[in-house]
Amino acid sequence: MKILVGIKRVIDYNVRIRVKSDASGVETDGVKMSINPFDEIALEEALRIREAGLAEEVIVVSLGGNECQQQLRTGLAMGADRAIQVDTAEDLQPLTIARTFLKVIEKEQPGLVLLGKQAIDGDNSQTAQMLAALWDRPQATFVSQMNMSGESVTVVREVDAGLETIEVDLPAVISVDLRLNEPRFVKLPDIMKAKRKPLEVIALDELGVAPENNLEVSKYSPPPVRAKGILVEDTAQLVTELKTRGLV
Amino acid sequence: MSKTLIIAEHDGSNLNPSTAKCASCAAAIGQDFDILVMGSSVNAIAEQAAAIDGAAGVTVVDAENLANPLAVNHAAEVVALAESYSHILGPSTTYGRDLMPRIAALLGVNQVSDISTVEGSHHFTRPIYAGNAIVDVHAPENVTVVATVRVASWKAAGNSGSAAIETRSASAPASANTRYVGLEAGGGERPDLQSAPRVVSAGRAMASEENFEMVYELADLIGAGVGASRAAVDAGYCPNDMQVGQTGKIIAPDLYIAFGISGAIQHITGIKDAGTIVAVNKDADAPIFEVADIGLVADLFTVIPEMKQLLS
Ligand SMILES: Cc1cc2nc3c(=O)[nH]c(=O)nc-3n(C[C@H](O)[C@H](O)[C@H](O)COP(=O)(O)OP(=O)(O)OC[C@H]3O[C@@H](n4cnc5c(N)ncnc54)[C@H](O)[C@@H]3O)c2cc1C
Ligand SMILES: Nc1ncnc2c1ncn2[C@@H]1O[C@H](COP(=O)(O)O)[C@@H](O)[C@H]1O
Repeated sequence: MKILVGIKRVIDYNVRIRVKSDASGVETDGVKMSINPFDEIALEEALRIREAGLAEEVIVVSLGGNECQQQLRTGLAMGADRAIQVDTAEDLQPLTIARTFLKVIEKEQPGLVLLGKQAIDGDNSQTAQMLAALWDRPQATFVSQMNMSGESVTVVREVDAGLETIEVDLPAVISVDLRLNEPRFVKLPDIMKAKRKPLEVIALDELGVAPENNLEVSKYSPPPVRAKGILVEDTAQLVTELKTRGLV
Repeated sequence: MSKTLIIAEHDGSNLNPSTAKCASCAAAIGQDFDILVMGSSVNAIAEQAAAIDGAAGVTVVDAENLANPLAVNHAAEVVALAESYSHILGPSTTYGRDLMPRIAALLGVNQVSDISTVEGSHHFTRPIYAGNAIVDVHAPENVTVVATVRVASWKAAGNSGSAAIETRSASAPASANTRYVGLEAGGGERPDLQSAPRVVSAGRAMASEENFEMVYELADLIGAGVGASRAAVDAGYCPNDMQVGQTGKIIAPDLYIAFGISGAIQHITGIKDAGTIVAVNKDADAPIFEVADIGLVADLFTVIPEMKQLLS
């Protein structure tokens, strides 16, 4: 079985985001870029499944310009067998990304597709669900535990009410949550080895996908700032303050 | 035809407050709206939906295979009704986030995630980058708008309405390749985090599951829901459904009290819309103080017992 893992290049989660003064986007100049943290977890899970002998090959896929090869190489260094970059200069939206993944699936015939539960730049949380719908295969989102058993997989999903368990037949699309695993660290020799692993580049239009029904973003704004607060000296003062404001 | 459909959320016995919040968003869009209730034996829930102010009608699709919230089955029913609607709204809860993109893909449109304000029938604002930027989004006018409503941004609509209820039979068979096994509820009997007017929350500093007891006791004294940081959940001090933040729940209580939470951006994004934020942390430089309305630099293990005493 092959496992396909989606890897998105995003601004590192530790970076303080700044909206550009002309409202055209957020500052990316000289900003640290990383693999979307959820995608790192998806890849770690794929590697563990392969290491348990339940899959033969792990393929990392990224849609983006040449710069996303950096994140694909990190994925290869973590242990993926090969990488595919779907080359596009456009900032694609989830429906187009899902349609593109479907084309890659038709080519590679994976038994499992692992994506992040959301990309931390757009916070859309759509791609996995859309892909499952278009592929007409089961979806399991926000997964924090996975158990593979032959033709199906039992997953635990983190939902608002607690932990939900469902069982899905393979092939399936799974979107992963933070508590699924702890991704491994990349070691220096692995980075060297990753340079020799195959990285295939396919142009988006070669796959016959055209971006459609896009949402248009007209403006980026910084979030409203909260008014400056006060400091109290002790618990008694805190409780008095809460009472005066009618909060308790 | 310009009409909005709201996907109701419920747990089999009660309508989730997110539905009345979606109704407020639908009212802001300004068209008539219907509410769709899917499930098995959901008459009582349909009546709760019919009472939501402004609802034009309630459609019930009652079938055994809809009893559990599997997106694959629910999406098929929504798509079967989609033709009559220009807008389809669901909540930004895990139910809505699982379901709505599936509907969008089946209708061939991109989804507007997490609507926080409505500027026009096809013009919305939404947060990105964990709330560190807000974008103005315009949806194309010639296709259905499929969107999730950021529930923390909207007040619940009132419940003095009386919409007509219409029942339909399910149009799609249950999926054979996705099976519901069960739900292990975490939170217990305390007020629901996403609708509680007061929330008491604690982080890694609690250091153990046992210590969390004092947080529950304080919360119970003031009738609050209980939240936590990711670090506290990861460490096993409390269940996952208590996590507040980018990957947990986005909440907007009138009062949020954070004990021993440093205030990472991923946490702050979950509480930005709270009325009053109180932070108790022994580190005066903790970033949580940048957003706190009332701050107290102190040891929580002293403060919590003192608060319990002063408030009981
Ligand atoms: C993709 C991603 C998503 C994330 N999503 C979330 C999310 O949804 N929610 C979330 O919370 N986090 C999330 N995180 C994690 C986040 O970055 C922080 O690591 C986390 O919020 C830290 O939790 P904490 O404040 O409890 O712990 P710490 O950062 O360790 O802070 C503990 C605080 O307690 C204080 N303290 C210690 N002892 C005492 C005492 N006795 N009395 C008073 N104060 C004391 C310390 O001064 C410190 O400020 C996410 C991270 C990533 C990468
Ligand atoms: N450009 C991309 N390249 C590769 N994977 C992506 C891309 N965009 C989204 N994904 C995958 O889809 C997941 C969810 O993204 P989103 O729907 O944008 O929140 C991400 O965590 C990735 O696994």
